[in-house]
Amino acid sequence: MIDKFAIGRRTLLASSASAVALGLAGTAHAQKPLVIGFIYVGPRDDYGYNQAHAEAAAVLKKMPGVKIVEEEKVPETVAVEKTMESMINLDGATLLFPTSFGYFDPYMLKEATKNPKIQFRHCGGLWQEGKHPVNTGSYFGYIDECQYLNGIVAGATSKSGKLGFVAAKPIPQVLRNINAFTLGAQSINPKISTQVIFTGDWSMPVKEAEATNSMIAQGVDVVTCHVDSPKVVVETAERAGIYTCGYHTNQAKLAPKGYLTGAEWNWERVYTGFVEAMKAGKAPANFVRGGLKEGFVRTSAYGPAVSDAAKAKADAVKLEMLNGNFVIFKGPLKDNKGNTVITAGTSQIQTDPALESMNYLVEGVVGSTS
Amino acid sequence: MDQSGIGLWGVPLAMLAGAIRVSTPFIFVSVGECLTERSGRINLGLEGTLVMGAMSAYGTALASGSPWLGVGVAALVGLLLGALHAGICQLPRVNDIATGIGLMLFATGLAFFLGKPFIQPKAPNLGAIDLGWWSSIPQVRQALQVNYLFVLGIALAFALAWALKTTRWGLIVRLAGESVDAALAIGTHVGRVRMIATAVGGSFAGIGGAFLSLYYPGSWNEGLSSGQGLMAVALVIFARWDPVRCLWASLLFGAAGAISPALQSVGVTEGYYLFSAAPYVLTLVLMIATCSPERSLRGAPGELGAVRQKEMRQWPGSMSTRAPIPGPGTAT
Repeated sequence: MIDKFAIGRRTLLASSASAVALGLAGTAHAQKPLVIGFIYVGPRDDYGYNQAHAEAAAVLKKMPGVKIVEEEKVPETVAVEKTMESMINLDGATLLFPTSFGYFDPYMLKEATKNPKIQFRHCGGLWQEGKHPVNTGSYFGYIDECQYLNGIVAGATSKSGKLGFVAAKPIPQVLRNINAFTLGAQSINPKISTQVIFTGDWSMPVKEAEATNSMIAQGVDVVTCHVDSPKVVVETAERAGIYTCGYHTNQAKLAPKGYLTGAEWNWERVYTGFVEAMKAGKAPANFVRGGLKEGFVRTSAYGPAVSDAAKAKADAVKLEMLNGNFVIFKGPLKDNKGNTVITAGTSQIQTDPALESMNYLVEGVVGSTS
Repeated sequence: MDQSGIGLWGVPLAMLAGAIRVSTPFIFVSVGECLTERSGRINLGLEGTLVMGAMSAYGTALASGSPWLGVGVAALVGLLLGALHAGICQLPRVNDIATGIGLMLFATGLAFFLGKPFIQPKAPNLGAIDLGWWSSIPQVRQALQVNYLFVLGIALAFALAWALKTTRWGLIVRLAGESVDAALAIGTHVGRVRMIATAVGGSFAGIGGAFLSLYYPGSWNEGLSSGQGLMAVALVIFARWDPVRCLWASLLFGAAGAISPALQSVGVTEGYYLFSAAPYVLTLVLMIATCSPERSLRGAPGELGAVRQKEMRQWPGSMSTRAPIPGPGTAT
C-alpha cells in the first residue's frame, strides 16, 4: 500500500513536471500578445474624461493578440511611476498610455529614459522632437472645434447673454476650450460673455456644484465645463432649469431637457492606429493630432431645446471644419486684458504649436489665468 | 451688469447659500463625533463612514426609488460601522486613533469597491423646502432652497446640546467621557455607554453622507467627500466639544468654502487658489486666536485619548493601569 502510494506520487510528480515543461514550451512557441497599459487619473466610469479613454480601451480589448492592463485612480504624483514600472516589469506591457495631463512631465519622461524599449504615448502633452525621448510621444484631439460648435449653439440659445464655464485648472487645453467656446458664441452674438470659474482640480464635486450655482445666481443660463466628470455640473444645471453643453462623453441622459449638444472624444480611432503600428513591428507615431475631420472628436446629437436656426448655423460651420477650411483662432484677436494675442491677418490653424501653449483668455471671458 | 445679475451682493448671498448647501455633512459628522468624543472615544473613521453612507444611500435610492429609504440605510450602515469601531476599541490595549484610521481606509475602500455600479446611474434625489417664496429675486429664492436634512441637522445639534446638559442620559455620557473611575463607581457600564455613543455618532455621519450623494452635489462618485469627514472631526475640537458650536463652525466652514466660486462669479478672478484655501486659513486663524499656552484645551473630555489596559466593565477594575493623560480638570 505504502509502496504503491510512493510510486504513485513519483509518477504524479514526473508527469506534472513534464506537463509543466510542455506547457512552457507551448507558450514559448505561441505568439506573445501585445500588452498595453492604460493609466487613468479617476474612475473608469466617470461619465467623463476617463470613461472616454476606457471605452476606447474596451474596443482594443476585442482586437486579437492584444492584452489590456488598466489602473484607475492613479494620482499625478510619483505614484504613476510605480504604476508604469509594475505594468512594464510585472505585466510585460510594451506600450503605455498614461492618459492624464500631469503624468507627462516629469513622471513619464523619467520612465521613458529608464525603459528605452518601451513605447510611451501621452494624452495631451506637447511632445517635441529632440527635446523629449524618441520612445515617447503624445496624441490629442482638437476638441476645441466641438467647443466652438457648442459655443454657437449656446450663444443662440442663451437669453441672458451670459455663459458659464466650470474649469479645473488654467492649462493650455482648458484655456483653448474656453476661448473656442466663447468665440463660437460671439460669432452669433458679439456681446456675449463667458464667466469662468476654476475649481483648482480635476475632480471636486462639491466645488463644481458650488461654482455652477454661483454662476446661475449671476444670471448665467448656459453652462459647460472642463473637469474630469461633467456629471455634477450637468445635473446641477438641469435641476436649476438652465441649459448645458456636454464634454468628454455624451451626458444627454443626465439632462434630458437642458442638454444642448456636447464635445465628445473618439479615442478608439487614435488607439487602433497605434496598435496596428505596434503589431506591424513599427514604433507608433510620436505626434498625433486630429479633429472632426480625422474623426478624433465628435459632437453629441442636438437636444430638444436647440432651435432650427441654431442647428443650421452650427451645421454649416461643422461642414467647413470637416472640409478643413475653418480657422477658429485668427487675428485680430485680443485677450481679456486688452492685449493683442493674434495680429490681424494671421491665422493659427489647428496644427499650429502656438495653440498648444495658449496662456490667455479671449476678450469676453470673465476670468483670469492665475 | 445687467438686470439678471445682482452684482457684488451676490457674494454675501452666495456665502449664505453656500453655508446652507455645503455645511450639512459637516453638521452631521461633527455633531455625531461630538457625541462620541463626549463619551470619551475618538472616531477618526467618520470620513469612511461618510463615504460609505453616501454610497449606500445612493445605491438604495437607486434600487428602491425612495431617497428617504436611502437615508435610512445610510444611517444603519453608519450605526454598524460606529458599533464596529466601538467594539474593536473595547478590546484591551487598543488605540482608538489607529483603529479609526484603519476603519476609515477600510470603509472608503469598501465604498469605492461596492459603489462601482452606481457611478453612472441617476438616483432620485431628496427634495427641498422652498423658504424663499417671499422674494421676487431668483437668486434669493435659489439660496433659500433648504433641504430637510439641513433642518434635521440643526435640530439634532440643539437636541444633543440640551440632552447632554440636562438629561440623566447626557450626564452618564459626559461622566463616561470625563472620568471612567467615577462612572464605574456609580455602577455605569462605560463600555456600553461608549458603544451606544459611537454607534449613534456613526449613524449621524452616515446621514451626512446620504446628504452628499442624494442632495448636494447629488450624485455618487469617488471624489465626493474629499476629506470633508476628516475636516468635520477637526471641527469638533475647534468647537470645543459643544454641539451648538459645532453647528456654527460647520456653517462658517460652508460659507468660507463658497467664497472662491462666489468671488469668481462676480468677476474677482485673481488669486482663486488663495480664496480656495479660505476655509483652512480661517480654521487655523481661529485655532490660534482661541488657544492659549496657559491651559489645555477647554472643554476636552478628560478620558479622551486614554488607553486602557483592560476592559472597563466593573469596579474595581484596572484603575492603576490607566494611562495618565491629564484632562482640563487635572491640568496644573
